[in-house]
Amino acid sequence: MIWSGKPKPTVAAHLKRCGVPRRDFLQFCTQLMVAAPWGLAITEKATAAEVAREIGLARRPSVIWLHFQDCTGCSETLLRTSKPDLADLILHVISLDYHETLMAACGYQAEAALSQAVNNNAGKFVLVVEGSIPTRDQGIYMKLAGKPALNVLKDVASQAGAIIAIGSCASWGGIPSADPNPTGAVGVDEIIKNKPVVNLPGCPPNPYTLLGVVFQFARKGTLPELDDQHRPKFAYDRVIHDHCPRRAHFDAGRFVQQYGDEGHRHGWCLYKLGCKGPDTHAGCSTRHFNEIPDVWPIGIGAPCIGCTEKHLAFRVPLFQEVPIHAATPPDTYPPVHTATGTISAPGVAVVSLIGGALGGAAWVAARRFQSEEETAAIIKANLPSSPKDNPNTEGR
Amino acid sequence: MELTRREALLGVVSRCVPVAAALAVPAEAAEETPSQPKAPVGMLYDATLCIGCKACVVACAEANDLPRDVSLDGLHQAPEDLNAFTKNIIKLYKPTDNSPDSFVKQQCMHCLDPACVAACPFKALWKNDGNGLVAWEPSRCIGCRYCEIACPYHVPKFEWDRINPKIVKCELCRPRLAKGYEPACTSVCPTHAVIFGPREGLLTQAKDRIAQAPDKYFENRVYGEHEAGGTQVLYLSHVPFEDLGLPNLGPEPIPARLKWQKRVYKFLALPLLLYAGLAGLMKKNWIDHRKEMQEEGRRTGLRPQL
Repeated sequence: MIWSGKPKPTVAAHLKRCGVPRRDFLQFCTQLMVAAPWGLAITEKATAAEVAREIGLARRPSVIWLHFQDCTGCSETLLRTSKPDLADLILHVISLDYHETLMAACGYQAEAALSQAVNNNAGKFVLVVEGSIPTRDQGIYMKLAGKPALNVLKDVASQAGAIIAIGSCASWGGIPSADPNPTGAVGVDEIIKNKPVVNLPGCPPNPYTLLGVVFQFARKGTLPELDDQHRPKFAYDRVIHDHCPRRAHFDAGRFVQQYGDEGHRHGWCLYKLGCKGPDTHAGCSTRHFNEIPDVWPIGIGAPCIGCTEKHLAFRVPLFQEVPIHAATPPDTYPPVHTATGTISAPGVAVVSLIGGALGGAAWVAARRFQSEEETAAIIKANLPSSPKDNPNTEGR
Repeated sequence: MELTRREALLGVVSRCVPVAAALAVPAEAAEETPSQPKAPVGMLYDATLCIGCKACVVACAEANDLPRDVSLDGLHQAPEDLNAFTKNIIKLYKPTDNSPDSFVKQQCMHCLDPACVAACPFKALWKNDGNGLVAWEPSRCIGCRYCEIACPYHVPKFEWDRINPKIVKCELCRPRLAKGYEPACTSVCPTHAVIFGPREGLLTQAKDRIAQAPDKYFENRVYGEHEAGGTQVLYLSHVPFEDLGLPNLGPEPIPARLKWQKRVYKFLALPLLLYAGLAGLMKKNWIDHRKEMQEEGRRTGLRPQL
């Protein structure tokens, strides 16, 4: 861990001092361009060299990373690049001043590190929060150095220049907030109301999304454009389904019916296994993980669980299908002349039989009723012997 | 008094026929020729260029704010035919033998003398004098479905699933034209299989295409040039037009085949007359019945009953 009262060196200067090959840095910048191609000012350049120049000019951003109710998966995603050099490089270009699982210090030393990192870069550092924050019972379900997580977050966030909630847990609660949510877990923006919070939901999110946001803040002092759930539009503006490599199978109606069946082996659409792709906004279908093509859930044959969507992940059952909001045409066509049904001979016979039976029954029933004359005759016959008493009994 | 069937029929006929005749005779005397639109616009669809991508189907639904018809499987916008959610559709003609297949786009043909407009009793369907598109005015529609029955191309469709159903048909993206845009379907076609323009220009272009490739197109003719008096949507095809669902209609406009019927049905005159006649008959019967009842009361001295 490096910290000092002096301003941080620029990224380019630091890389030169550490002897990092320029080729590696260009490769890193290319990855960043691929991962964050739209709407992120710092990567909107024609070549990787231009992006490298832009990032090189940035002072190494000081990053303080807090862990709350999490699995450390989001940290892992930052370190698990396909090439160890890249992970190393990431730690060279940002200045990760406090990170509980990556630093050597522990105990009082670690606490001192946190307060020093906060004080040295007050108002300038980027606070990255991983994991949800328990709020029930005054937040006693998680404590750091004897303080509830709730208080730690409030203290550090009050000094932060920018706050990034990485992962679904920090964005809106994630797994710890799933029913019945015993700890009252919430995301960062439920607690920090007076500062903008950038949400990077995902389980885990693509690490390059984090780097894109951090670099833009370090170089320009601004945050990228956010959507209504405070997610950067450059990474969360697209629906997985619209860019899914398996979309052709969806349009052709070729669906996997169960794991391991013929369709699954042939890479068909996973919608009927409960894939949440049609309702999920994320860049996964275009920006795969670990710099390896097809490394993402749908790419390896697992349905999307909608981890970037608050209303889906850990709330909608895994195998439940989601509604298709904007249906598009399939791969099939209706015929010019639509076949219309004709009346078949057996059908006519059945209907005639039923009709005849009803008609016959009606006729028989009608015969059983007495006619008006017959009724009058019966009444007359049964009347008492002096019919003259009331002349009006005749007629109606 | 008993009313015989003969008397009932005679009553209806004697009341209706004079009025109907009174309406019909001046109509025949003043049989106007339909005014031609000043600058008809339309579309030219070339079936040989269409790749069946259905971009026009999606664009149409978006531009017209139509709900997607997902009745087939709940997942895809896959209408079987034009319907209350579909103003534009791409269909496939695929013969079982090895003869060539073709896509076909179906929407309103915007006839120069439309049968639906002639059939509409309240002018809910009307033809624009300027660009000639056949538009539909919801406030005047009574949902009688005469247009649906009259149209030889089966274009107007009825909203069967609504409580207050109306008619749905292509209006050549009327709001978009008003803003100076071309219709949604022509604007998105990637191969220019369907293009928008003045009818005259499209007709010339279609004939140019035929002249350049004399054996390519069916019968070397443009469908819609003369069919049923001419349509503003024109078709070119390499397969017989009838196979694409474009009927052989002859040059005479459909409304011209109607004589006095047109006027008799205007403002629902004939049905209204029929109902008026029936109502008159009912009234007469009611009065007769009351008379009979009172007579009976007088005769028996009891209170008149029904």
